[in-house]
Amino acid sequence: MSAEADKPAPMAPSRAPGGSTLLDLAIRYGFLALLVGLLLFFAIFAPGFAGPRSAVFIFQSVAITGILALGVTCTLVVGGFDLSIGSVATSAMMLAAYVMVVMEQSAGVAIVACLVMGAVIGVVNGLLIVKFKVPDLLATLGMMFLLVGLQRIPTEGRSISVGMTLPSGETAEGAFSPFFLAMGRHRFDLVLENLIPISVVFLIVIGVIVWCFLELTRHGRLMYAVGSNARAAALTGTNVNGYKILAYMISGVLASVGGMLLAARLGRGDIASGTNLLLDAVAAALIGFAVLGAAKPNAFGTAMGALFVGILLQGLTMMNAPYYTQDFVKGAVLVVALVFTFALSARRSRGET
Amino acid sequence: MDRSFCRITGLKKAFGENLVLCGLDLELPAGRVTALMGANGAGKSTLVKILSGVYRRDGGRIMLGDTAFEPTSPADAIRKGIVTVHQSINDGVIPDLDVASNLMIDRLAEPGWGFFLRRRALLAEARRIAERMGLGIDVRTPVSELGVADRQLIAIARAMAHEPALLILDEPTSSLSAAEAQRLFDLVDMLKAQGVAILYISHRMSDIRRIADRIVSMRDGEIAGLFEGDALDYEGAVNAMLGHGLTETDLAPVVPGRAVVTLSGLKLRPDSAPFDLALHENEVVAVTGLLGSGKTALAQSLFGLHRPAAGRMALDGRDHAPGSPAEAIRAGVFMSAKDRASNAVIADFDIARNMTVPFLGAFSAASFVSRSRERQTAKEMIEALSIVCQSERDGILTLSGGNQQKVMLARWLSQECRILVLDEPFQGVDIRSRRDIGDKVRRTARGRATLVCVAELDEALEIADRIVVMHDHAVTAEFVNRDVDVAAILSAVTGPADPQETAA
Repeated sequence: MSAEADKPAPMAPSRAPGGSTLLDLAIRYGFLALLVGLLLFFAIFAPGFAGPRSAVFIFQSVAITGILALGVTCTLVVGGFDLSIGSVATSAMMLAAYVMVVMEQSAGVAIVACLVMGAVIGVVNGLLIVKFKVPDLLATLGMMFLLVGLQRIPTEGRSISVGMTLPSGETAEGAFSPFFLAMGRHRFDLVLENLIPISVVFLIVIGVIVWCFLELTRHGRLMYAVGSNARAAALTGTNVNGYKILAYMISGVLASVGGMLLAARLGRGDIASGTNLLLDAVAAALIGFAVLGAAKPNAFGTAMGALFVGILLQGLTMMNAPYYTQDFVKGAVLVVALVFTFALSARRSRGET
Repeated sequence: MDRSFCRITGLKKAFGENLVLCGLDLELPAGRVTALMGANGAGKSTLVKILSGVYRRDGGRIMLGDTAFEPTSPADAIRKGIVTVHQSINDGVIPDLDVASNLMIDRLAEPGWGFFLRRRALLAEARRIAERMGLGIDVRTPVSELGVADRQLIAIARAMAHEPALLILDEPTSSLSAAEAQRLFDLVDMLKAQGVAILYISHRMSDIRRIADRIVSMRDGEIAGLFEGDALDYEGAVNAMLGHGLTETDLAPVVPGRAVVTLSGLKLRPDSAPFDLALHENEVVAVTGLLGSGKTALAQSLFGLHRPAAGRMALDGRDHAPGSPAEAIRAGVFMSAKDRASNAVIADFDIARNMTVPFLGAFSAASFVSRSRERQTAKEMIEALSIVCQSERDGILTLSGGNQQKVMLARWLSQECRILVLDEPFQGVDIRSRRDIGDKVRRTARGRATLVCVAELDEALEIADRIVVMHDHAVTAEFVNRDVDVAAILSAVTGPADPQETAA
């Protein structure tokens, strides 16, 4: 009996006050270590992986997902969830194409129209959740279906491309402006010629802005407070509903930016593209929970999460893994990251009492 | 099998280097209520968690009768005869189900029950349990429609279905009014008569006076005193727990300044009586009354969470009718809400961030928060309120209840206000922290009005210059806290038309 009783309790790992155990280190740096390990692995075993071109390719492949993921991160911060980002992005793509190709307007008009649409959808999502008390998952799911349908109505379900035949029988006279297409295709020179695509610049700039907003400003702080305990936040005078709506607005606007980049890259409003955007963005944001043991949504983690998935897929592609294994790998990474976040961090916080 | 009592010898438990229980010896006889007292950190909750199978002990033995008690899990502890009703009532009931399902939920979980619900059998069995426990509730009522007290009784009734040898009640009255507590005490008396050993953990002297057959005081992981016999030595027990006696509160009522808040003809509810009340600068006013007497409604009216049915509130002579907490805060009305865990604590934040939530604007320039200024303020507050922590960056949930409450108070002390409202600031707070908080509130009271809502009269006597009694959503009596007639306050609390109950 005493042998049994002398064993330490399984759920309270012994822990020197103020010191850190191996578990702490694993939770904090485990995911970043994994990222570095992955880089080294591919650099050694995948020929051509280590190099600026490959790095840029990875960035470019995660740019649009990353921007969407930063938006969904903001909604996760206030304790919500935005399932409509994927369809907001494809709607923005279709809208940009429609404005320029069918309505023959300039790139500026198209960009403003997309941003306004993203903001309006965000506000509607927010109002559904805040005023009409629809649970966030359901409200944004409904919005997702609505948009998937809506974006097909003007063209009767066809993709928009230059010179297409309109439902009325006429031929579309407009075209994508070169300026707009440059958003998806132009590359800046950095050391090498034509190295950095604009979408990567967008990702980095938006990432830094979102990070600063969430981590350094009082609005970001209060959004975290709303997400952690909305009632307590309200009782300190925080405008809980306002911050929730703001979060969905940010999410909608960023999704529309992603959609525009997609339109610029494709040069057409493609009905079939963008199907993976939602799941990839959500995965990146959730993987971000595990980075640095944050156990909560955060912009840096989201960026790392998007990068992680991008590196993994690029590396596997270069090692000739078949394309159909990609989704499986993404799913596996997500599950591992969630285990990191919830099981291990929960164990740590229980040990701290 | 004789399970007449529970004997604990040499119980040890450590977390890392922190020895929480160091060789605790305790006997709990059958059919007696043993009250356990101890300041936060004395090891009470660790003891309870070991007995209820949540933690495994590091050393020592626990005997139930002549059987060694070796629980492998909380469920196993219940099967082996020790049942615990925890402080947070909602852990013990499932609000979406009806009373019958709640009472029978453990039976439903057993394999023997079968696949189908068998509603009639379930109702019949539940009624039998309810009757035996003296619950006067229709078992088909959904628990979500019941008050706190009924939920508490259901949790206990459910626990009793296991016919335990030892029942542990962890602060069972912390959210009950005096009348509701009375029902609980009746139930405890009945269980005692059935020969159950009861371990009753409480901070409330009034409960202990009413219910305890023996008192055990814990301090620093050991039993500091055991008090038995016909006349229990309450002061001795408190003395043993704290290491020094409860000093008589040497409170000198201050001279009130000019009126800050004036309530005239205020009706909190359409059907309640109108009342007048003035709160002055420098003074601390305690509002006391039973649960549901309108204390919280009064506090919430000032803070913009409740709109009074009629009457006028004035702040420094101007009309005060805030539509939201944000408006109230701008007008200089601060409120620390009751039920810390759900209304105040931001669990994901550290101590410093929890302190600065309401006034982040003051800590930021162009919306950017200055971490250094924030930490500086937090450090000062930690010092000023003697908050026990390693640093201002500790997670708020690593603190004890009393220290968490100090952080919640610090939140509202960092800026000047016209009136500070504290709703139940001593909920789940140990005696030492309660002293610290009371001290701090009184020392900072100059220049503002302070309103403290407390259910416990002891707390009101400890902190207030003036005690206001509410009954049926109206102020019914006022007492200056000097040589005050406790019996008179109690009768005001009980109310004129309601002579059945007194608090102590």
